[in-house]
Amino acid sequence: MSTEPELRRTPLYDEHKKLGARLVPFAGWEMPVQYRGIVEEHRAVRTAAGLFDVSHMGEIELRGEHAAAVVDYLVTGEAAPLADGRALYTCACNEEGTILDDLIVYRVARDVVLIVCNAGNRDKISAHFRKAAEHHCEFEDRSDQMALLALQGPRALEILGLAGKDAAACAALKSFQFREAVVANVHATVARTGYTGEDGVEIFCSATDAPHLWRTILELGNGRGLEPTGLGARDTLRLEARLALYGNDIDETTNPLEAGLGWIVKLNKPMFIGKDAIHAIASRGITRKLVGFEMTGRGIARHGYPLLDPRGNQVGVCTSGGPSPTLGKNIGLGYLPVALAEVGMRFLVDCRGKSIDAVVVKTPFYKRNDPKKSPAGDRGAA
Amino acid sequence: MSGKFDVKEGFLYTKDHEWAAPKADGIEVGITAYAVDQLGDITLVNLDVKVGDSVQAGKSFGTIESVKTLSDLFSPVSGKITKINAELESHPELVNEDCYGKGWMVLIDASNPAEKDELLSPSAYGELLKIVDH
Repeated sequence: MSTEPELRRTPLYDEHKKLGARLVPFAGWEMPVQYRGIVEEHRAVRTAAGLFDVSHMGEIELRGEHAAAVVDYLVTGEAAPLADGRALYTCACNEEGTILDDLIVYRVARDVVLIVCNAGNRDKISAHFRKAAEHHCEFEDRSDQMALLALQGPRALEILGLAGKDAAACAALKSFQFREAVVANVHATVARTGYTGEDGVEIFCSATDAPHLWRTILELGNGRGLEPTGLGARDTLRLEARLALYGNDIDETTNPLEAGLGWIVKLNKPMFIGKDAIHAIASRGITRKLVGFEMTGRGIARHGYPLLDPRGNQVGVCTSGGPSPTLGKNIGLGYLPVALAEVGMRFLVDCRGKSIDAVVVKTPFYKRNDPKKSPAGDRGAA
Repeated sequence: MSGKFDVKEGFLYTKDHEWAAPKADGIEVGITAYAVDQLGDITLVNLDVKVGDSVQAGKSFGTIESVKTLSDLFSPVSGKITKINAELESHPELVNEDCYGKGWMVLIDASNPAEKDELLSPSAYGELLKIVDH
């Protein structure tokens, strides 16, 4: 339709076209939702590897002596004490203690901090950080110059290692560590982060280098099970791993405590925006909770479907839902009153007028076998 | 074949990408190859009708769900349901595998023959696909 605003394209748009991707509008961008099929791509990431273009995400850089302190004031986590080369999954809240965005903060150097935000929140977060940086440190929104690829799956590191000596050395990175590296002759930053529940890396490079890097990694993964993977699989993968999606599971009406993100809120920090409000919520206790559930009846819960108590009264709402390719079940996330949010509790999902049985289950729905990983080590760029 | 997606001769089509195939015992209904391609991996076919129910042209008789999305199934014609494809309850993937055959959904005893004239011919449907699939 002619009234729709023009969609933005990542530097890899032509690559996606060549691969026959289905492109859809997402957060103002024309993005690949799938190449060969969501389920096939999902399985590739769980069993071998997938390569995602997530260049739509926003990258903001703060520079200067006070850069880390400014970031620390804007996020709920402890950004200031991060060591160089360490990343942190966190969120930025408003004064009411609800979530402006979930973010990854990368401590590049003592005076350089990179923040990755969701594509749909880029303008808002960019303005928020720019304002906070005023008179304190330099601010630059680098989103348009930077590309971001996510190489995810049990064979991701093996495939990355074929892209040169320096790339191979990135296997030594621990979860949520990152460093600069030459990957396929491209100057990049490699981070051991992701948004799939699998091992893997996210690779930042310049927009101009992105097509070469994308093609080279796909070639190196040829015969090793690597597939180009789209936003469709990204969504089913992150849901199985119970990683929140901004706009679905969290937004400016939800606080981190009810979203199950209490672990990224450090109330012992001297101050940060939203601290007082979150402290008050913590003191009086949350009223609802984001839970994982499985459909026991025949139906698929979707974002926005009402959740009903056994008598049919609406008590909550589904925030994410769909089939889980790995589990072969229909799963979902949703907010329920705390009293109804215990594992094993039964409720109903109103699937377009039909009440379908569901039960609260433990999350994550899927957890990979890797005893060495830290429990918080899964959250990458959202 | 008409372009990228299979369009069967002898079938009639709706602009919502259902097909209607006149058979000896009624009008068989399913969704087209284009619809299947748009949906992707189909995980659930919900037929909200049973044998004996009446359906109306253009009204929903169920929903079809894929990994990503949910979509209504619209009846191409009015009439009574005389058969439903119960296989789809446990094997929704039949729609992916064979949408014009084993993936059929319902058989309708059409009550208003004039409605068939409202449906698209294979060539008209092929033209529609050229427009929607850019």
